[in-house]
Amino acid sequence: MDHQPPKPTRVYYFGTCLVDLFFPDAGMAGIELLQSQGLTVVFPQGQSCCGQPAYNSGYRADALKVARAQLDLFPGGDPIVVPSGSCAGMMKKHWPDLFRGEPDEAKAVQVAGRVWELTQFLVHVLDVRLTDKGEPVRVTWHASCHAQREMGVVDEPKDLLRQLANVELVELKREKECCGFGGTFAVRHPEISAAMVGDKVADIEGTGAARVVSGDCGCLLNIGGALEAGAKAARGQHIAQFLKERIHGR
Amino acid sequence: MPDARDSILTKLRKTRDVHPLTPPASDFAPIEAKRWADEERLPRIRRLMEAVHTEFIDATEADWPAVLREFLAQEGVGSLVYAPETEAGKQLVEGWGVASPASNSPSPPRGEGRGEGDASHDSPEGPAAHPPHPNPLPGGERGRTPAPTLIPYDRPLEDLKPQLFESIEAGLTATRGAIAETGSLILWPTAEEPRTLSLVPHIHIALLRTDALYDTFLQAMRDQGWAQAMPTNVLLVSGPSKTADIEQTLAYGVHGPKRLIVLVVHP
Amino acid sequence: MDANAPDFAAASRAALADPQLRGNFRRAMDGLMGKRAAQFADAGEWHGVRALAAAVRLRALAKLPELLEKLEENCTRNGITVHWAATTDDANAIALDILHRVDAKLVVKGKSMVTEEMHLNAVLESDGIEVLESDLGEYIVQLDGTMPSHIIMPAIHLNTKQIAHLFKRKLKDAESREDAAYLTDLARRVLRAKFQAADVGMSGVNAAVAETGTLCLIENEGNGRMCTTVPPVHIAFMGLEKVVEKLEDVPPVISLLPRSATGQPITTYVNMISGPRKDGEKDGPREVHLVILDNGRSGIYADPELRDTLRCIRCGACMNHCPVYTKVGGHAYEAPYPGPIGKILVPQIEGLEKRGAMPHACTMCNACVEICPVKIPIVEIMGRLRVEAVKPGGAVKDGGAKASRAERMVWSGWAAMNASPTAYRIATAAMSRLGNAAPSSLPMLKEWTNVRTKPRFAGRTLHDLARAKGIPDA
Repeated sequence: MDHQPPKPTRVYYFGTCLVDLFFPDAGMAGIELLQSQGLTVVFPQGQSCCGQPAYNSGYRADALKVARAQLDLFPGGDPIVVPSGSCAGMMKKHWPDLFRGEPDEAKAVQVAGRVWELTQFLVHVLDVRLTDKGEPVRVTWHASCHAQREMGVVDEPKDLLRQLANVELVELKREKECCGFGGTFAVRHPEISAAMVGDKVADIEGTGAARVVSGDCGCLLNIGGALEAGAKAARGQHIAQFLKERIHGR
Repeated sequence: MPDARDSILTKLRKTRDVHPLTPPASDFAPIEAKRWADEERLPRIRRLMEAVHTEFIDATEADWPAVLREFLAQEGVGSLVYAPETEAGKQLVEGWGVASPASNSPSPPRGEGRGEGDASHDSPEGPAAHPPHPNPLPGGERGRTPAPTLIPYDRPLEDLKPQLFESIEAGLTATRGAIAETGSLILWPTAEEPRTLSLVPHIHIALLRTDALYDTFLQAMRDQGWAQAMPTNVLLVSGPSKTADIEQTLAYGVHGPKRLIVLVVHP
Repeated sequence: MDANAPDFAAASRAALADPQLRGNFRRAMDGLMGKRAAQFADAGEWHGVRALAAAVRLRALAKLPELLEKLEENCTRNGITVHWAATTDDANAIALDILHRVDAKLVVKGKSMVTEEMHLNAVLESDGIEVLESDLGEYIVQLDGTMPSHIIMPAIHLNTKQIAHLFKRKLKDAESREDAAYLTDLARRVLRAKFQAADVGMSGVNAAVAETGTLCLIENEGNGRMCTTVPPVHIAFMGLEKVVEKLEDVPPVISLLPRSATGQPITTYVNMISGPRKDGEKDGPREVHLVILDNGRSGIYADPELRDTLRCIRCGACMNHCPVYTKVGGHAYEAPYPGPIGKILVPQIEGLEKRGAMPHACTMCNACVEICPVKIPIVEIMGRLRVEAVKPGGAVKDGGAKASRAERMVWSGWAAMNASPTAYRIATAAMSRLGNAAPSSLPMLKEWTNVRTKPRFAGRTLHDLARAKGIPDA
C-alpha cells in the first residue's frame, strides 16, 4: 500500500446486504476482530446495500438512489471497513463514477476514499498478529474477482492465514479464476455459472482442504452451495469467521 | 468510395472535436531500457531462434560460400536460388569454387524437398541426381559430395514461379542485422534481392554479419533510419514457418520455409 | 425480441453439453494463460510497455481523422490504392469490383477478422469466385463449413482427431492419421498449389502506419507473406481504428501482441508492406489495395467512453482469460468476435436489439481487464452497454431494446427497499423469517438449486446482532 494511515481508534463497519441476510455471524466476527485490536467499531443501523446489483444490471439511477442513502451514515474521516471485496470495490471504485456530476459527488468521493476491505485493513493498517488456538486443519483460499482486481487484495488474506500455526494453506489451482457467481449472471446464465462453479469445486477437491475460505459472500453462497449440493467434504467459510474461530480456539 | 471517405472523416472529426481525447505521453523508456552487452547479443539471438528450430552455421568472410556449399551438399540439397547482383550473390559465386553458376536452368522437379528436419541422404531423388561437382572442395571426403546447383534469381517471379514452387530447394538472402530481444533477423528485400527468395523455397539460408546486432526492433529502425525511406517490403524473420493451429501442437513448415538456416559470417 | 437474434443462452447450453469441446477449451486456455504469464514474468517491463502501447493506441485515436488522411496520402504516394467503405456491403462491393476488373478466379486469403465481419467469403463464393483461407486454422474451419471459434486460433475447438477426420473426408489422398505434423504437411501441399495459382491475395492489417504508408502484418505460418507477395494483386482490409501515427509506434504493439496472444516472444514473421512491386523489382504484387472499413466504428468513436473499444489490437488474450469463454467456446457467441472484446464490440456494431444479451454473458470478473495489453476498460464498457440496453435513445444502436417494464419494476422496488432504512428493516426481517420457506421451484431459485443448495437466511440479520451486542450506531 502506498499510504499507511496512522492506526485509528474508531472505524465504521459496512456489513453489506448478503452478510446481513445470509452470513451475519461472519459479519459479527469481523466486528469482533476489529474490536480485539482495541478499536471502537461503529455499525450504522441505517445501512443497507452498496448498490452494486442495480449498477451492474444497467439500472444506474436505482443504484444511485441506494448508494446515496448510505452516504450520510459515515460522517467524519474514520475508515470504513467492509467484509467483502466486491462491495468495497463498488464503493471505492465505482461510487465516484456513479455520483459523477451529482450534487453530492464530493461527498461520495470522500466516503469512497475511506473504504477498506477487511483483510486489507487488518494487514496494512492494524498489522495484526494472530495466535492460533485451533486444531490442525488444511484450508484453501478462494480469491474473489473484485477483491483481487478492484481492491488489489491478493496476498493479505493468505498472509493472515499463514500466521496461523496449525493451518495448512494449500493454494488453489486457478486461484484467480471466477467461481461463476457474478451477481445476476448466476441466474441469467445458470448453466454456464454451474459449469464454472463445477470447475471450482473440482479444483477445491484437488487441494484436499477441509475448508475453502473466502472474503466474499457471493462466492461463498455459490461455492458453498455447490459443495453442499455435491456432498463434498470441503465447506466454505468467510475469512472473518474462520480467523475469529482460530484465535478463540474453536 | 469518395462519399464514404468524406462522410467518415467528417464524422470522426466532428465527434472528436466535441469530445477531444488527451492521450498520455508515449514513454519509450521501457523499450529503450532493454540492453544487452555486445558479447551477449549473438548468443541470445541464437538461443531464442534455436528454440524455434532455427539452425546456425558459423563461417568467416573468407569461407562462407564454401561452408555453405559443403553444408548443403551434406544435407543433400540439390538447388540453391540466389540474388546474382547482390554483394552476397557475387561472393557466393566467387567462393563456390566454379567460375560461373552451373546452369541457368533450374534442376528438375524434386517434389516436396526435405521432410521435417530429416537430413537423411536416402531420397531416391537425392544427391545421386546430380553429377559430382567439377571443382570439388579440397579435403578428401568432402569433395565427393555433389554441390547443389546454383540458380540465379535474375528474372521476374512470373518466369520463375514453377521452379521456385516446385523444384528449387533452398534460397539465400542477406540480412540487415538481427535483434537480440526477440531473436529476429531483419530482411530488407530489394530489386536485386526479391522477397520470395526467403519465402518460397523449403529452406531459407540467411547470412548474418555480426556487426549489425541490435537490442530491440525499435533500436534497429531508429539506427537504420527506416521511417525516412521504407522499401516495398521489410521483414522480421524469427524462425522457420510454424503453426500451432492443430490442437496447439507446434508443427514446422506449414506455408513458408520448413527450415531456416542462419549462416553467421564472423569477421 | 428479434426472431433472428442469436440465442447465446441456447448456444452455450449446447456447448456445455459437449464434453469434448469443454475439454478442448479448458486445456487450450489453461496452456495459453500459462505461456502468456511466462512472457510477462518481469512485472516492471509489462507495466512499462503496456502503458506505452496504450498511449500509442490512445494517441492514434486522439488524431484518428488526421492520421487516416495521412495514411491515405502516404499509401497513395507509395502506390497503394486506398478505398473507403462505410458498411460491409460497401467493402464487399469494392472487393468485387477489383476482382472483376482483374478477372479473378481464385483468391487466397490470410487471416483477417474484418473480412469475417464482412462475410466476404460467402459473397465471393456466390459470385463464383473460389476463395481459400490459408491460415491453417482458418483453412480447417473453412473446410468444416463453420466459423472461427477464436480470433487467433480459429480451430481451437477441434482436436487432432477431429481434424484428421475432417481432412480424410474433404481432401483426396488424405490418410487417416491423427498427427499434427502430417496434417500440417498435407495442408501445405494443397495450399502451395493455390498460392502459386491465385489471382488475388487478401489479408488483414495489424497496424497501418500513417507516417510511412506501411501495412504491418504478423503471422507464424508464412501464408500471410504468400498472400501478400505472390499473387499479382493484394487487397488488404482494415478497420479504421487500426492506424498508428509513427513507425516507432509499431514495436510496442508488436512487443505485446504475440506475447499476449500465444505466449511467444514474437511471431515468426513481421511483414511490413509499403507498396506494390516497383519498377525493376522482380516480385511482389503489381497492385496493392487498402480497404478502410467503418461499419459502425465511427459511431463507437463518437462516444468518449465507448471509444476505448477501438484501442483493441486483436490479440485475443481476453478470450483466453475469460472464464465464460473458456466454458462455452467461441461458437456460442455466433459472432465474428467472441469473448470479452466481442461482448463489447459486436453489440455496438450490430446493435442492442440483436446483441443486447451479449454484455450480460459476463460475470464482470475483470480477468480480461487485468491482462489487456492496451488497457481497455472492457468491464466498464460492458456495464455501460447494459445501461444502454435498457435506456431508450442513447449512444448505441437500438438503445433501450432490452427495456422491460417488469425488470424496471423489480429494480424500482429493490431501490425503494434499500434506500429507506425502515423499508429495509421490514423487508429483511420478513425475508429472514420467511425466506427459507420459499420453494426451490421459484423461477430464479430453481436455476440456482440445480447444482447448489438453497441460500439459507440466517434468521437474525447483522443489524439485529449488532444491536443485541450493543455495537454503537453512530
